Amino acid sequence: MINRLSPFLAVMLTLGYAFLYGPIASLVVYSFNASRLVTVWAGFSTRWYGELAQNEAIRAAALTSLEVAVSAASGALVLGTLAGFALQRYRRFKGRALFGLLVTAPLVMPEVITGLSMLLLFVTLEQAIGWPAGRGVFTIIIAHVTLGTAFVAVIVQARLAGFDRSLEEAALDLGARPWKVFLVITLPLIAPALMAGWLLAFTLSLDDLVIASFTSGPSATTLPMVIFSSVRLGVSPQINALATLFLATVTVTVLLAGRLMGRSARGRSAARQKEG
Amino acid sequence: MKDERRAWAVLALPYAWLALFFLVPFAIVLKISLAEQAMGIPPYTALLETGDGGTKLHASFANYLFLLSDSLYFRAYLNAVKFAGVSMVCCLLLGYPMAYGIVRAPAAWRGFLLLMVILPFWTSFLIRVYAWIGLLKGNGLINNLLLSLGVVHEPLTLLNNAFAVYLGITYSYLPFMVLPLYAALERLDPALLEAAADLGCRPWQAFLRVTLPLSLPGIAAGSLLVFIPAVGEFVIPDLLGGPDTLMIGKVLWDEFFTNRDWPVASAVAIAMLLFLLVPMGLVQRLLRGETA
Repeated sequence: MINRLSPFLAVMLTLGYAFLYGPIASLVVYSFNASRLVTVWAGFSTRWYGELAQNEAIRAAALTSLEVAVSAASGALVLGTLAGFALQRYRRFKGRALFGLLVTAPLVMPEVITGLSMLLLFVTLEQAIGWPAGRGVFTIIIAHVTLGTAFVAVIVQARLAGFDRSLEEAALDLGARPWKVFLVITLPLIAPALMAGWLLAFTLSLDDLVIASFTSGPSATTLPMVIFSSVRLGVSPQINALATLFLATVTVTVLLAGRLMGRSARGRSAARQKEG
Repeated sequence: MKDERRAWAVLALPYAWLALFFLVPFAIVLKISLAEQAMGIPPYTALLETGDGGTKLHASFANYLFLLSDSLYFRAYLNAVKFAGVSMVCCLLLGYPMAYGIVRAPAAWRGFLLLMVILPFWTSFLIRVYAWIGLLKGNGLINNLLLSLGVVHEPLTLLNNAFAVYLGITYSYLPFMVLPLYAALERLDPALLEAAADLGCRPWQAFLRVTLPLSLPGIAAGSLLVFIPAVGEFVIPDLLGGPDTLMIGKVLWDEFFTNRDWPVASAVAIAMLLFLLVPMGLVQRLLRGETA
């Protein structure tokens, strides 16, 4: 009786999802509009996708963004996995409180503060030791690795918190070295969390406007910067087409990843049931 | 201690990275906030000057005094807190029933409903804010709809005002509210509600006296996760706001990119950070409670 969806909750759920997806749906629909005026429907057309494909500035920026996002997500995966592992497994070491703060603060820190402080660091370092020379793709990657590390660490830590350690202990009992246990047992078992962490760091980087604007130099323009400057000038059907492509890619990736993770989780629990 | 040595072998790299690229920068921001704007590269004066008479310290609180003397900054801070705070409440009012609805939904739907809350979070923030421009414009979809239905006779001003900023923040940050609330509500034991019902509680009373108090940690976590980043928001006030919705994040951006006054931008950042220290400390404690 009590565990039931009341009419009120059902209505709120419907409203909530309509609120979340209404604007996105309008973007997708109007990306197929033949008219240049985004809000006047003039028939179905894919012309904006064609124009988008011809847009050199957007294509170049998209490639830069992909380069930044892949590098940053991979760096963040390594650092974040180590950080999450350390936080979950080692309860006592000097400076743990500070380390915990350093890992969680980037999650909520307003982007303008993070961006400004990173830029000032790069400028100061360049003055003092000549590195990094100038700003561009490289400095954006450093900034995004730092942000992504925090997100990967939190995901990995959460995964390790509900982790059955008997396999690790068995391997240790059989004489495996700790680093080998980590590589052969722990890493494969937390693979779904690693995948989720990498994807999250990747999308955060791909999406970031503020931190990239601060830490970039004249040589590097990322996709959000191009979108932002074009949106500031007004609504443009090409941006609608770009948004639709972006949404489609993300949706397919997330659904596939969700299915993969669901399958591996089901596989594991089925295996466990068989053992028991 | 062997354990401590092993911990440091794992820790050294991420610790050094975060210290260098996240902690040290704040010291530099603090330093530059005490300097003065100057022509040249970089566009601020040195704090320590080594000359004939030894080393001299040039630190001044002029930038902070400037922030206090010009009411623009104070208003921008107040605005930021107001917009972030009201939007946080809107997120809570919409997010709580959503999270509760997902918990109460049939088990087979739950994963899908949760995924549908997370999905927008994975799609571009910038693009989702941009979507509202097309909806809210003078000749946008909402006005066109209202005009054609005859509800209004001339287009409403929906964009570039406070309403649009509230809407934008609520929309963009809603998933941050729903997820911690869901986590808190899911842990709630249904037997407690059954017990309350058996003891004669009406559903509303049971909600107020059992569910709500037990979900307080989720409410706190969700509210802080919305409030803190929203205070420094730049994109939403810039794209959806107007002249009367100046928020401090946009002020910082303009000081830096338009006025090229790095010391004042740094002082704005430090002042914002000081204000956010308390809520950030709370998040820290809540997260620790979660994973411990």
